[in-house]
Amino acid sequence: MRMTSSTIRTRWSPERDTATPQSRRAVKAAAAVAAGALALSLSACGSSDNDSSGSTGDTTTSANNVTLPKLDGTSLEIAAVWTGTEQANFKKVLQEFEKRTGAKVTFVPAQDPIINFIGSKVAGGQPPDIVMLPQPGAIKQAVDKGWAKQLGSDAVKELGENYSQGWQDIGKVNGKPYGVYYKAANKSLIWYNNQVFENAGASEPETWPDLLNTAQTVFDSGVTPFSIGAAEGWTLTDWFENVYLSQAGPEKYDQLAKHEIKWTDPSVKDALTTLAQVWGKPDWIAGGANGALQTDFPASVTQVFTGGDQPKAAMVAAGDFAQVNIPSGMKIGTDAKVFPFPAVGDQGPVVSGGDAAVILEDSKGSQALATWLASPDAASIQAKLGGYLSPNKNVPNSDYPNAVQQKIAKALIDAGDDFRFDMSDQAPQAFGGTPGKGEWKILQDFLKNPKDVAGTQAKLEAEAAAAYGN
Amino acid sequence: MSSVPAAGGATPPAAPKPRKSVTGTRRTVAALFLLPALVLLGALVVYPIGYSLVRSFYDQSGDGFAGIDNYKALFTDEGIRTALKNNIIWVVFAPTIATALGLIFAVLTERVRWGTAFKLVVFMPMAISMLAAGIIFRLVYDQDPDKGVANAVWVGVHDTFAQASAFPKAHPGRDSPLKPAGGGAFITTSPVRTGEAVLLPLVGVAPDQMPDGVKAAVAPKPEPDKVTGTTWQDFTRGQGVGTLNRVDPSELGYAGMRIEAVKDGKVVASTTAAGDGTFTLPASADGSQLRLPASNFKEPYNGLDWLGPSLVTPAIIGSYIWMWAGFAMVLIAAGLASVPRELLEAARVDGASEWQVFRRVTVPLLAPVLAVVAVTLMINVLKIFDLVFIIAPGSSQDDANVLALELYRKGFSEDQPGIASAISVFLLLLVVPVMWFNVRRLRREVRR
Repeated sequence: MRMTSSTIRTRWSPERDTATPQSRRAVKAAAAVAAGALALSLSACGSSDNDSSGSTGDTTTSANNVTLPKLDGTSLEIAAVWTGTEQANFKKVLQEFEKRTGAKVTFVPAQDPIINFIGSKVAGGQPPDIVMLPQPGAIKQAVDKGWAKQLGSDAVKELGENYSQGWQDIGKVNGKPYGVYYKAANKSLIWYNNQVFENAGASEPETWPDLLNTAQTVFDSGVTPFSIGAAEGWTLTDWFENVYLSQAGPEKYDQLAKHEIKWTDPSVKDALTTLAQVWGKPDWIAGGANGALQTDFPASVTQVFTGGDQPKAAMVAAGDFAQVNIPSGMKIGTDAKVFPFPAVGDQGPVVSGGDAAVILEDSKGSQALATWLASPDAASIQAKLGGYLSPNKNVPNSDYPNAVQQKIAKALIDAGDDFRFDMSDQAPQAFGGTPGKGEWKILQDFLKNPKDVAGTQAKLEAEAAAAYGN
Repeated sequence: MSSVPAAGGATPPAAPKPRKSVTGTRRTVAALFLLPALVLLGALVVYPIGYSLVRSFYDQSGDGFAGIDNYKALFTDEGIRTALKNNIIWVVFAPTIATALGLIFAVLTERVRWGTAFKLVVFMPMAISMLAAGIIFRLVYDQDPDKGVANAVWVGVHDTFAQASAFPKAHPGRDSPLKPAGGGAFITTSPVRTGEAVLLPLVGVAPDQMPDGVKAAVAPKPEPDKVTGTTWQDFTRGQGVGTLNRVDPSELGYAGMRIEAVKDGKVVASTTAAGDGTFTLPASADGSQLRLPASNFKEPYNGLDWLGPSLVTPAIIGSYIWMWAGFAMVLIAAGLASVPRELLEAARVDGASEWQVFRRVTVPLLAPVLAVVAVTLMINVLKIFDLVFIIAPGSSQDDANVLALELYRKGFSEDQPGIASAISVFLLLLVVPVMWFNVRRLRREVRR
């Protein structure tokens, strides 16, 4: 969640290009070639390994799939919580937009929880034009408070062409389109250190019992099986959600996410009992429960991939975004591998997250930027730079830089409408998204004391009831 | 906050005479000169305080009047109560310890040759921002002894007295002839006989963690009138257990594993395994069960849980003292310089010991300075936020909670501006008596 939220703020006055698709395409192609060359020369001073893939590639293949107006002289602001490489890569997408339209886009760095950040900006009368919101709940909140503006027809058209119904629907509030899910996260993955698996003679598990066997084999070989970054509560809610979605099924998942069934439901008990099969073995968790509770997420990934044959742990359950934390010496796909979260019930889970671009200041410019972010062209640029996953089904799978990412992206697109959005992201902030509170804190306590299933359920229900207000 | 009384104090000078003040300035001119300061104070201090006060009586959205509900929440919410309790711990211990340390440093450095250099070093942490200090101490207190210096020292000291064992985490594999014997030891399921070769396979020790002197394991050869056997790592690289419960060529012996023969709860014979894992026990072991005592498997000591729920507040207070002891020292050293030497000398001439001089002369003479330092630190500690926010990991953040942090959490992550405002008003009330004390003392000083 933390890794996925962002806001975009843009201001501009676009003029829609009225040429026919054919001629427009030709013009665009030419413009894109020029733009691509420019982008190359510009970014050459930045990181060297990424840019070559950037613009030259899409000028020939997908550079001209979207119609954008001319927006010379407009300036836009887009707010997001992204930092570091993620932010730099996203800025390249914005640069391409600037080149195509002539608008100027400023990236406004925000912090979590972004909805409150936006709240203070709106109160100050200076909201960004577009904001990247990570949770469906946040979009709803923005709509309820009258901050969010509906997507225009161009953006909706672009969305309809490129997104499966499920992704369009979670961007809607009261049936009206508000959010463009620019970025997705596949949270149903387990990354592992290939060398450790080879040493142990372990194989990728497909079911929960397989996972337990694999863990035992790895443990027998002398390596701790799991790394859990439990200092941040959301890593634990992700574990729970994967087990629950697969075991209890999507319907119950949706009900629990809306708090239509209580946390004292037997299905929650089953999920926690299942989780305790892993969490209840201190030897299976790097540093034991207490050590895990002081390990933050980046460290939990890094410690799986450092230490040669003897890393602190062999596996870490983490979304696709974990790859930015894998040390550069470990090659993704050969040294660092990934398998889908094993099926606890009949089907393996696909829990996802994502950031949606939501317009706060309605203008030609902000609508055009939303349209751009819904296009495969924009997503392709960032896909090629790595560490990014798009729910856009028209992004060529080959645009992802390595086999692992292609696998993750394929799993997400293939899930079609069967994916489920991160449950804690759908919950009210006080329950599902505050450090040291609500679900985060209670699951941390559960990791410390995995025998107390009933007590954990009771506490979850009490906090959920308070936060949902029902 | 501390500027509020200053604001109050700023107005009186304009009053005294109808037209001209003592210096002959016109009232209007005086007002003109005061205006910028008043505007700034009003906009930056008085207005925010007033608004917070008003806001604290409104509900979450700011539309409905909530009465004293927010203040009720202040004393019923468990998170806030923990914060309050921690704040009390902070206010009691942090200023006291920092002042005491500062006093000791100041008195001692006065008589050392390199006193100034020492003072410089102790004062240096003050030059580091709270945020940077927080990040430094997050690392210092890291659980992993390879990263956190606090645990590295602690574990180092501990291991000097209690050695770690060679085979932590070794455990019986599938269908093992061994079973747990309680307390971390393992014991054979059936008794052993002389002339029989015993196999004691275990798994779970990584090859590069094996002790020095290990060799490839050798299958045991039966010998008459003796119990022979092998204890080894039944795990072949890349193939799992290989042949289950049989010695495979590349598997390693558990060199130095201690083995006890137990009959009726008594140890009748014991030995340690050779480099290839083989061992021999005398005939007296016949009919006993073989036990691998827990001392073989003791986990390496992992140090203290500095940032766990129980130690996190003292640990953070430690980092605060690291930063502020230097500040206390410098102020106290300045005070010390103005203490009349003849009083100290007179005491010494009268036959007082150094401790008596310190206790009966130096400290009483320094009392006003000590009070200033302690009170300044108290105000500082009441609003402590950054260190707690950065050092405490998410999992123990609510155990380390303090009022300022709870204010931030309520205001900015839980979207409860009403309660957050109530906390800020409460904090202000806590600071007021301390401030009043400071102001009064200042006035007295001026009069003198």
